[in-house]
Amino acid sequence: MRPFTYERAGDLNAASRLGANTAQGQIDASAQFLAGGTTLIDLMKLDVLRPKQVVDISPLRADLAGVASTSRGLHLGALASMSEVAAHPDVQRAYPAIAESLSLAASDQLRNMASLGGNVLQRTRCPYYRDPSWEACNKRRPGSGCTAIQGYNHNHAVLGVDESCISQYPGDLGVVLAAFEAEVELSGPAGARLLAFASLHRPADGQPHLETNLRPGEVITGFNVPSGAWTRRSLYLKVRDRSSYEFALASAAVGLDMDGETVRQARIGLGGVAYRPWRSREAEAVLVGKTLDEGTAKAAAQAAFAGAVTHGGNDFKPELGRRTLVRALLQAQSLSVSEAS
Amino acid sequence: MEPSSDTRGPSRRGVMGAAAGLAAGSATKLAAQPAVSGAQSGGHVAMRLNINGRDHDLNVDVRTSLLDALREHLDLTGSKKGCDQGQCGACTVLINDQRELSCLTLAIAAQGRRITTIEGLAGSDGALHPMQQAFIDHDAFQCGYCTPGQILSAVACVAEGHATTDADIQEHMSGNLCRCGAYPKIVLAIKQARGQMGRG
Repeated sequence: MRPFTYERAGDLNAASRLGANTAQGQIDASAQFLAGGTTLIDLMKLDVLRPKQVVDISPLRADLAGVASTSRGLHLGALASMSEVAAHPDVQRAYPAIAESLSLAASDQLRNMASLGGNVLQRTRCPYYRDPSWEACNKRRPGSGCTAIQGYNHNHAVLGVDESCISQYPGDLGVVLAAFEAEVELSGPAGARLLAFASLHRPADGQPHLETNLRPGEVITGFNVPSGAWTRRSLYLKVRDRSSYEFALASAAVGLDMDGETVRQARIGLGGVAYRPWRSREAEAVLVGKTLDEGTAKAAAQAAFAGAVTHGGNDFKPELGRRTLVRALLQAQSLSVSEAS
Repeated sequence: MEPSSDTRGPSRRGVMGAAAGLAAGSATKLAAQPAVSGAQSGGHVAMRLNINGRDHDLNVDVRTSLLDALREHLDLTGSKKGCDQGQCGACTVLINDQRELSCLTLAIAAQGRRITTIEGLAGSDGALHPMQQAFIDHDAFQCGYCTPGQILSAVACVAEGHATTDADIQEHMSGNLCRCGAYPKIVLAIKQARGQMGRG
C-alpha cells in the first residue's frame, strides 16, 4: 500500500474541505473518503486505488446513520451500516426488496462495516480492474483498452456495455434504489443538493474511468425512497455461483402495484448483468395494464434483455437474467402484503 | 512507546510468543525512526487502541491494518491472516461487540472503539468462553487456522439472534471460510454454545 495522510472529518464542512480532491470515481483521485473501508482498503492493498490523502468520515455516523420511515417515504442515512438497515423493521415491512438486497450481499462482517453510501459506490469486481499487472483496463488507465472483452468475462455485464468497458456493477442495494426512483442527498463545498439515484452512476460512454457524477468534495449524506404500493409488494431475487456470500450472476428487484391480477404499476431493477444500477423501463412498460402471468412475465423479460450484448464467457447471462426476472415477478405477485403503509 | 507485554500471559505457544516478542521489539525500534522511506506524507503516527479491555499505545505506520497491529506490534497472534482481502474471515474480531474484519480496518481508524480478540474471550480466571469449549467438545476444527475467526464470528452470530436454525447458522457464518471443511461440526458447536451464552 502506498503512503497516505490520514485525517478525520468531524463534520460535513470538514469532510468537504479535506476531501476537496476526491473525484468522480477515478482511481487517480488524490483523496478518498473512508467510511467502512471494505472497498477502499481492499483496493488500496491491491494498488488499484492510490490516494495520497484518506479522509475518515466515520465521525459523521453520529448524525448520518438514521433510518426514518413516513407515509411519504423512507430516509436512509448514508453512514448507516448495511446490517443496521437490513434489520430495520420498517424497511423489512414496507421496503422488503431493500432489506433483502442488503442481507443477501457480502458477509455479516462486511455488512457490519460497510456504509450505505460506500456500498452504492463499490467498484466493479472485474479481475482486470482489480489487478494492475494487466496493462489494459480503461477504467484504471483511460485509453489502455479492455482486456475482458476478449478475456475472462464469465461475470461481466451484458446491458449498458460498450467497446470501452464491459464490467459489471456488483452491488445489490443500488439496483433496488434505481428501480424505486430513489434520490441521493449530497453535501459538498457548494452546499447540499439532491440527485436522482439514476444519475449517480455514469454510463460507460467511452469513459469508464469516470464512474459517478459526484463533484469533488461531495459526500453522500442519505437516500430518499418514495413509498408506493410497489415498495410494499417487492422482493430482491439473487442468483449466484454459490448460495451465500457471493456477487450476483443475475438479480432482479421487483416491485408491483396490483389491481387483482392486473398490473397497475411495476418497478424493475436488474443486477449482476449491467454496467451500472439498471432499471428496465422497457420491462415495466410491457406489464402495465396487463394480467400478470408467466406469459406476460416472459414478454417483460424479453424486453428487458432485448439490447443485451455478450462476449463469450457471459453468453448465458441474458437467458439467466430473463428467467430470474420471470421468477421474481411471479413470486412478487404471490406475496401476501398488507395494504397499509 | 513499548507495547504492554502483559497481554500475552502464560501461553501454550511460548516459542511462537517469544519470537513474536522479538518482532515487536524490532518494530518498536523502527517506530523510533522518522517516517518510513518513500512516505512523502504520513509515516508513523501515534495511536491508542483499546483491546480486550486494556489501552495500548502504539507508534506505527499509518498504513498498518488493525490485523497487523495486533499480530506484528502487540503480540496478539490469535487473529489470523488468511487472504488479507476481506474474503476469508480468519481475521474476524469484535469491534464494539460487532464482528468485523481486522484486515480491512486501518488501525488508526479503530481508535476509540472496543476491540475484542480471541485472546480476550476467556474469563479473567482463564475459564473458556462457552463457544471455545463447544469447539473443543465437537472437534470443530482440523488445522485450526480459521478457528479464532470462526469462534468470534460464532459468538456474534448467537448474540445477534442469527443462530436459530441450521440454515440460519450456515447463512450467517458464510463469511468464515474453512478449507478443512469442518462446517458440520462448527454448526454443532454453535448449537451447543447458544444455549449457554447470555444474550448480548
